[in-house]
Amino acid sequence: MKSKFTTAVVTAIALAGPAMADLVVPNLSYRTGAYAANGIPYADGFNDYFTLLNERDGGIGGEIVQVPECETAYNTEKGVECYESTKGMGALAYNPLSTGITYQLIPKVTADGITLYTPGYGRTSAANGSVFEWVFNYPANYWDGASVAIKYLLDENGGDLAGKKVTLLYHNSAYGKEPIRTLQALSEKHGFELQAVPVDHPGQEQKSQWLQIRRDKPDYVLMWGWGVMNQVAIQEAVNIRYPMDHFIGIWWSGSENDVKPAGDGANGYKALTMHGTGMDYPIYADIQKYVVDAGKAAGAGDMVGTVLYSRGMYAAMVIAEAIRKGQEIHGTSAVNAAQVRDGFENLEITEERMAELGLPQFGPPFAASCTDHGGPGAAMIQQWDAAAGTWNSITGFIAPDDAVLDPLVAEDSAAFAAENNITPRCQ
Amino acid sequence: MPDQLVYAMEVTLNGLMAGVMYSLVALGFVLIFKASGIFNYAQGVLALFAALTLVGLQQGQVPFAHLINAVFGTDLHHFGWHLPAVVAIALTAGVMVLMAIAVEKLVLKHLVNQAPIILFMATIGLAYFLEGFGDVMWGADIKKLDVGLPQGISETIESVTADWFGYGFFIDNLDIVATVVAVALVTALTVFSQYSKQGRALRAVADDHQAALSVGISLRFIWVLVWSIAGFVALVAGIMWGTKSGVQFSLSLIALKALPVLMLGGFTSIPGAIVGGLIIGVGEKLFEFSIGPMIGGATENWFAYMLALLFLVFRPQGLFGERIIERV
Repeated sequence: MKSKFTTAVVTAIALAGPAMADLVVPNLSYRTGAYAANGIPYADGFNDYFTLLNERDGGIGGEIVQVPECETAYNTEKGVECYESTKGMGALAYNPLSTGITYQLIPKVTADGITLYTPGYGRTSAANGSVFEWVFNYPANYWDGASVAIKYLLDENGGDLAGKKVTLLYHNSAYGKEPIRTLQALSEKHGFELQAVPVDHPGQEQKSQWLQIRRDKPDYVLMWGWGVMNQVAIQEAVNIRYPMDHFIGIWWSGSENDVKPAGDGANGYKALTMHGTGMDYPIYADIQKYVVDAGKAAGAGDMVGTVLYSRGMYAAMVIAEAIRKGQEIHGTSAVNAAQVRDGFENLEITEERMAELGLPQFGPPFAASCTDHGGPGAAMIQQWDAAAGTWNSITGFIAPDDAVLDPLVAEDSAAFAAENNITPRCQ
Repeated sequence: MPDQLVYAMEVTLNGLMAGVMYSLVALGFVLIFKASGIFNYAQGVLALFAALTLVGLQQGQVPFAHLINAVFGTDLHHFGWHLPAVVAIALTAGVMVLMAIAVEKLVLKHLVNQAPIILFMATIGLAYFLEGFGDVMWGADIKKLDVGLPQGISETIESVTADWFGYGFFIDNLDIVATVVAVALVTALTVFSQYSKQGRALRAVADDHQAALSVGISLRFIWVLVWSIAGFVALVAGIMWGTKSGVQFSLSLIALKALPVLMLGGFTSIPGAIVGGLIIGVGEKLFEFSIGPMIGGATENWFAYMLALLFLVFRPQGLFGERIIERV
């Protein structure tokens, strides 16, 4: 009786977990809690892309991709628990969509030898591959975002921001504080006055901050927000009649969720984006056919083409391409985590490849290397059209000011290396 | 008049308005604690659930649509109607009454005579259940709440203050409406508890459970009544806060803004919830305005609790709370 029970338990565990030969990419998602509205479309896009590869192509290099999902509720402790509970499945890479979780996982993935991929979030200086061997954050990071925003404002002002006032409204967290250092350096370089205004989590009440903005009358407001902070900030900006086309959010403050609650008032609001949005990409026909119509979509299928769905799909695409590269380098389809890391480090995404994937002009081409885990850092500016309910790109990809950013990345990563006794490699 | 003084006046007025918004949340806590001695951890989630239900009913959203579609392979999402705001609010109030009945029958009835900590734990469970239930029922996407409330700067106040002080004050029209609604709500609650039979029964239960039971007052009815009223207050709070930010799951966190109000005003006083809200609102806004810039800003969350703690040192029962004397 006892042995039958043991056999049943072992069988159940074996069936519940991924098959040993499968490629495993856990999805540390958040479909519950205060940030669920953002976590859901991202997780759907992430899952649906791998489902598409499995259904249409039979996986990657003939290997089916398993995407076990673990709910973090955007909580750092839960995120770490999710990591610990899934890494034993043979996890090849993690993308936790949380800067707080990322900071906790960096030492863990380094010790365990698993790639941490944090596109557009996480620790900015992880772009320095010589220090952060197991972390990648291409195609862009927060400091790139700050620089691109300022370059856009320079373009808008004939190349001169001297004497202008720029306010940074930021989520008072590790994430929100990331761009401050870069903006301070850029303010010294370009002569604009920078004021940083923090908003405490969750950001439901921002009266003080917007009274201050109304008094100070900054020429531009940049926002590093997430979740309800974005919606309230945009509504408060409408309330004080702040010109929306002078209000620019980072890519985490630029989804449909952020602007729709403010209705027509949000018209003209701008945000950065590191990838294209909307349905004008051939890949969506395949997602409709192989995923949504087949009843295999991660969600209800109603998020396809939205900003955060597109971003989750993009992250999955990069991970899939890194796996493919790892397979190519090592000549085996059943790659392990170390081989996939090699794939990340040697990954080259060209425009031709993006077109083959059904995503022409979707993201910037880039080539990673041993030292460069951060990519080109280019981003576009998009603007919200409230009447049409769409984001429209109003610029092409703008490259960041590497002359300012490179020393900052070098300084921060050197400090991390010193704190953690890391000897930089491949210099 | 010096600029800083004028700005401080504007900040004070906005603090008062913000305080009213906090009070709307705190009122629900007070009602339930006063009548049953339960600290209702689920009050914030009640506001979220009420707002979700209101938007869902108003926009004709099919409840449990994702679940139904997943199980039966259907493609249901909307009934195709858009209800007038008044009808949707009335229906939502009805749903909150049904929920009060369910809470009494399924939870509270089984916990009669249990220690307050057990009842508190039950409300924690209720909060998590309701959050998940609301998610399955209405979905987790952010919903725009539009019941016709005005939003944006009051141009009249801006114009008048510009004439008086040379600087037009910002006061949000939504905050003005919230103030009017709060005054009406407190008046209605006071009239109800002072002059209606049920209100007197409620006060009797609040004063002494045993004595109220001995004269034939039904404790179960009172619990349904008070949870229904708290549900209605949660609906009002949900409308005000949901109009500001859209209806989303972070709405349940507004309870965090009510806690210092309760600590300061007392857990058993309706006027205490209002006065506490006003003191917290003005205190945190003025502190942020005057001291915040010197210490990096974002002081409001912790300052509200520090202010409440300061009051607690001198009046542990809160400004208007009942002093509890237990003889050994």
